[in-house]
Amino acid sequence: MSEITAEQVAHLAYLARIDLSPLEITSLTRDLGQIVDSIAKVSEVATADTPATSHPMPLTNVFRDDVVVPSLTVEQALSGAPDRAGDKFRVPAILDEE
Amino acid sequence: MTYLTKLSAAALSELLVSKQVSAVEATRAHLDHITAVDTDLHAFLHVAGDAALDAAAKIDARRAAGEVLNSLAGVPIAIKDVLATQDMPTTAGSKILEGWVPPYDATVVAHLRAAGLILLGKTNMDEFAMGSSTEHSAYGVTRNPWDRDRIPGGSGGGSAAAVASFQAPLALGSDTGGSIRQPAAVTGSVGVKPTYGGVSRYGAIALASSLDQVGPVSRTVYDAALLHDVIGGHDPLDSTSLTDSWPSMAAAAQAGLTDGALKGVRVGVIKELAGDGFQAGVTQRFTETLALLVAAGAEITEVSAPNFEYAVAAYYLILPAEASSNLARFDSVRFGIRVNPASGSLTSEHVMSATREAGFGDEVKRRIILGTYALSAGYYDAYYGSAQKVRTLIQRDFAAAFSQVDVLVSPSAPTTAFKFGEKLADPMAMYINDVTTIPANLAGVPGMSIPIGLAPEDGLPVGLQIMAPAKADARLYTVGAAIEQLLEARWGHTMLSQAPALTPTEMFASKEGAV
Repeated sequence: MSEITAEQVAHLAYLARIDLSPLEITSLTRDLGQIVDSIAKVSEVATADTPATSHPMPLTNVFRDDVVVPSLTVEQALSGAPDRAGDKFRVPAILDEE
Repeated sequence: MTYLTKLSAAALSELLVSKQVSAVEATRAHLDHITAVDTDLHAFLHVAGDAALDAAAKIDARRAAGEVLNSLAGVPIAIKDVLATQDMPTTAGSKILEGWVPPYDATVVAHLRAAGLILLGKTNMDEFAMGSSTEHSAYGVTRNPWDRDRIPGGSGGGSAAAVASFQAPLALGSDTGGSIRQPAAVTGSVGVKPTYGGVSRYGAIALASSLDQVGPVSRTVYDAALLHDVIGGHDPLDSTSLTDSWPSMAAAAQAGLTDGALKGVRVGVIKELAGDGFQAGVTQRFTETLALLVAAGAEITEVSAPNFEYAVAAYYLILPAEASSNLARFDSVRFGIRVNPASGSLTSEHVMSATREAGFGDEVKRRIILGTYALSAGYYDAYYGSAQKVRTLIQRDFAAAFSQVDVLVSPSAPTTAFKFGEKLADPMAMYINDVTTIPANLAGVPGMSIPIGLAPEDGLPVGLQIMAPAKADARLYTVGAAIEQLLEARWGHTMLSQAPALTPTEMFASKEGAV
């Protein structure tokens, strides 16, 4: 297994959309290294002929009839939003100016 | 009216049904007790005093009018803050959801209201249920009623402490890797993780969707069963909800109280969940309980589950992977706080990143980054893929064990409650606490923790974990109630009657001492 570097942690933080301070990157690099060392043992027993299980119960897709049922009102749906414009969520610019 | 807070939910229900006590009186007694002790313990993040008294008055009016209500109508209950409540803030212990009031109720909460239970408020928890000590709450720790300097377990430390300190006879919890069972063990209370899919998760803020399960928290096995009967069953709003019809858990618990209930029950002791790493007093109480089971006619067999050794490792790949995906919804657009970056352009991406930096605590960031790593190209097969294979092996271990025995037992946790700060600096030391409880979540089987005594070396509660095959939750209640009855007969009292008294005076004195 590969060693975790500060550059890797910074990249993962970008992918996860979390700004991290340089201090946080340092401590997370150390923590993650230790955690990954401890959990890498899963590969000891995970042989090629063992099937993977994603879910504890054997369930298949669940469908319902395609009929209109009561749902949230616009006011309810917007009630927790940090910003709104009329009946819509207001979001910051999607594209950078540059 | 303080005696009302000492009663089990079942005993309080009898007084309510026979109209010897009103729901308003019962609710007020609990609210008064919360006022007296919770400034210090901090089990609750929100107390809904007026709404609870209003709801109680309505129950009294309906009962007075001759309406036949659920037997738990008028009984107070506390709700873990991971569950959506449309009249109370729901934060999951996180700053990112500070002040959020959901526009809907979780299905289990709707069931409680329909049955007439009185919602007292929301209980503290590790942020997004990530932790085993409630030290990762963004709103401060909850103290263990047995020792104020120790953790109440986690993530559901608030619900367990509320019940153990008589602030509520019942509470709801959620269990992803032990968050109901481990707090029950370290506070001397009862907690049940039902079969995966047995209780609806609609409105439960998701941590790891293939592991999360909602369940009851209480002081007696029978009370947990009564609550399980209210919240269990199929929910079309949760596509992982099982469509099975379930037997009455309350009837199953009652069956455990009859003579000879344990006769011929085949009990498996898991070899891998004992020995090294288990505190001496935990092992002692566990061994004594096994002797009690033998005396009651149960057959004890040692069983081996060789792959349990890999359960913690698999769990800390699967959980972060699923959590990193589930928590992507906190994007500062639809709910929660929004924080603008200190510098740079105000794009959605930058605002989302600044919001998540400010809104998430250290443990949440750690697990999101770990999960993102485990799922990234080049590592997916080695980590996430292998962890899913381990999951298959653990399910096979359970299947082999349950072909020989009816229930499996182990200590609920390797140690009694530890001190605040003891395991915060080392994430793996914290993660390993859940070695006993994690296998049940990986396999979806039900598990229960009941108190079995105090460890002689520190006088703190020890828990017994009982596990049954998937969908055999009723078996837990029968066996759990039987063991509880045997232990209480031997002790001559209940476990929690031995907890130190929490009086406002004592609280004041200890505060003075701290200064």
